[in-house]
Amino acid sequence: MARDLEARLRTGVQATPFCPGCGHGILMNLILRALDASGIPMEEMLFVSGIGCAAWIPSPHFKGDTLHTLHGRAIPFATGAKLFNPALRTLVISGDGDLASIGGNHLIHAARRNTDLTVICANNRIYGMTGGQAAPTSPRGTRTATTNRGNPHRPFDLCKLVLAAGAAYVARYAVTQPLALMEGIRRALEREGFSFLEVLSPCPTQFGRRNRFESPAEMLQSLMERCVTREEAGRMGDEELAERIVTGEFT
Amino acid sequence: MSITKVRSLLPAGTHYLSGNEAVAEGALAAGCRYYAGYPITPSSEIMERMADRRGEAGGVFAQMEDEIASICSVIGSVWAGARAMTATSGPGFSLMQEAVGYAALTETPLVIADIQRAGPGTGQATRVGSGDHMQARWGSHGDYQVISYSPWSVQEMYDLTIEAFNQADRFRVPVLLMGEEAVGHLREQVNVPPEVTLVHREKRAGAAPFGDTGPDGVPPMPSFGEGENLLVTGSTHDARGFRRTDDPEVHERLVSRINEKILNARSRIVRTEAHHLEDARLAVVAYGFTARSALYAVRRLRKDGLRVGLMRLQTVWPFAEQEIRELGRAVDRILVPEMNRGQVAGEVIKAADCEVVPFGQTNGEIIHPDRIAEQIRRLL
Ligand SMILES: Cc1ncc(C[n+]2csc(CCOP(=O)(O)OP(=O)(O)O)c2C)c(N)n1
Repeated sequence: MARDLEARLRTGVQATPFCPGCGHGILMNLILRALDASGIPMEEMLFVSGIGCAAWIPSPHFKGDTLHTLHGRAIPFATGAKLFNPALRTLVISGDGDLASIGGNHLIHAARRNTDLTVICANNRIYGMTGGQAAPTSPRGTRTATTNRGNPHRPFDLCKLVLAAGAAYVARYAVTQPLALMEGIRRALEREGFSFLEVLSPCPTQFGRRNRFESPAEMLQSLMERCVTREEAGRMGDEELAERIVTGEFT
Repeated sequence: MSITKVRSLLPAGTHYLSGNEAVAEGALAAGCRYYAGYPITPSSEIMERMADRRGEAGGVFAQMEDEIASICSVIGSVWAGARAMTATSGPGFSLMQEAVGYAALTETPLVIADIQRAGPGTGQATRVGSGDHMQARWGSHGDYQVISYSPWSVQEMYDLTIEAFNQADRFRVPVLLMGEEAVGHLREQVNVPPEVTLVHREKRAGAAPFGDTGPDGVPPMPSFGEGENLLVTGSTHDARGFRRTDDPEVHERLVSRINEKILNARSRIVRTEAHHLEDARLAVVAYGFTARSALYAVRRLRKDGLRVGLMRLQTVWPFAEQEIRELGRAVDRILVPEMNRGQVAGEVIKAADCEVVPFGQTNGEIIHPDRIAEQIRRLL
């Protein structure tokens, strides 16, 4: 199976640019597996990304049409392409800073219009590419390059936000839940209308080292411990839930 | 590049339209099938006309959440194969600037109509100005070129919009139609010919979309969905679109090419019009609505025997350097009236060896012919 996926990679592209321990490589792998499982040929795909580490997941690695755009603007670029040529199966892949901060307005409006796009937000809860500044998804208390005493603000719950704006499909998984995540990507791709998938992806370089994770493995371990399914969450009290991340489908 | 002739969408003959309606009709005649925008005075009638006419013309109309989304979606649609445009005015044009630079670097053909109002800031939203020409030229960061038109009549709002689409595709460059409120809201007769000539972007399967150029420096442009596995990026890229963000040679080559493909084609882009310049000692250089006042003043003063003429700029960018240089040799003085504080006069000063007198007016009103006549009399 792994070698089958090579046909979906652009010829001539070798190593990914991601740091050791970055979760974006796992996500990249799972997107290709989901496309393969759904039997969607790369010729039918248009991959659109903004600016940031996550935006490099499709560009240049994926052997299909790719549009690497401006910081925050992947969704409107994708909207124009999709509206003009509805045959393009359009998948947006970008970071949390890109989609939820500078591009936040585009995100909620595309959900409201229910534009037929699939959006995958690789959420590392920090600005990875620019050196680890606070993002609108950084949990309260997080140490970042701009909050060295801990982030004073609450993070967005991206799934609730996009759900409230009217998306047709909303789900959240972590890269530590590969099978569920791959299934989620497949379902998001197959759903008509605006589909949104939040994917928790560790950033050891910018998030981990500032927040006392000794190694990438420890970050993955912590993500595994904190992620619970909606069913598990239903059995937990508020205190226990406070430190958890609820995963699964919300639509 | 290929050229086709298509039947005009409006019935051939004389129509009575506003300038903004004429822009929409020109766009549809030119094959524009994707429009995205956000309402702003004094340009909104373009968007409303596009929305109304979508049924007959086909294509997509999208009212977006802001001007940034509008232009970004236009770029997306162009790579999906559309001829596409947006329209706005000063504040919205400011918001679009980052994407204008993206379009220039990715060589994305598109048209923006900027129906100028009196700025800066929110300024006078319903009043006329012509203060966005330097922004049109330098609004985005870095070195790039655009083509810009300055129509003076409703007829030209129609004709130059068609030409804007053709030049955008021919040179793979953003083209700006720099209208002014006064011409956007003016109603005049427009003569619509039965046929429209369309220039289409060149397609060549397998060619490098950012490098396989002919001598004109313009590469062929495929669209998404054609099996080309396109790699489009606003970062510095090589001929096939691979990011090369720390290679000095690739960067220099790309930036030089996107500039030179326009500058080397100046003779095919720049449009000027001479009125009564044969014996002129003083020339007025004007563009847009101001050129109407200037022509009126020139004709009246010639009746009094004054040797004055007008050179009208139909394009502002790339600048008509050579034409102005020659004009500067033929006359003693040049007067440049404009509805800003000397934006184009500065370019005239750079190009002409004779004395150049700027005459700016920024009060939200058109420049009255009497004021131009007064300046001419003072100088002659
Ligand atoms: C208009 C604009 N502002 C700022 C930047 C700088 N910038 C590049 S990437 C980025 C943030 C990336 O964070 P995120 O989207 O979360 O992706 P990650 O790198 O963490 O995967 C910023 C602020 C930019 N490129 N453009």
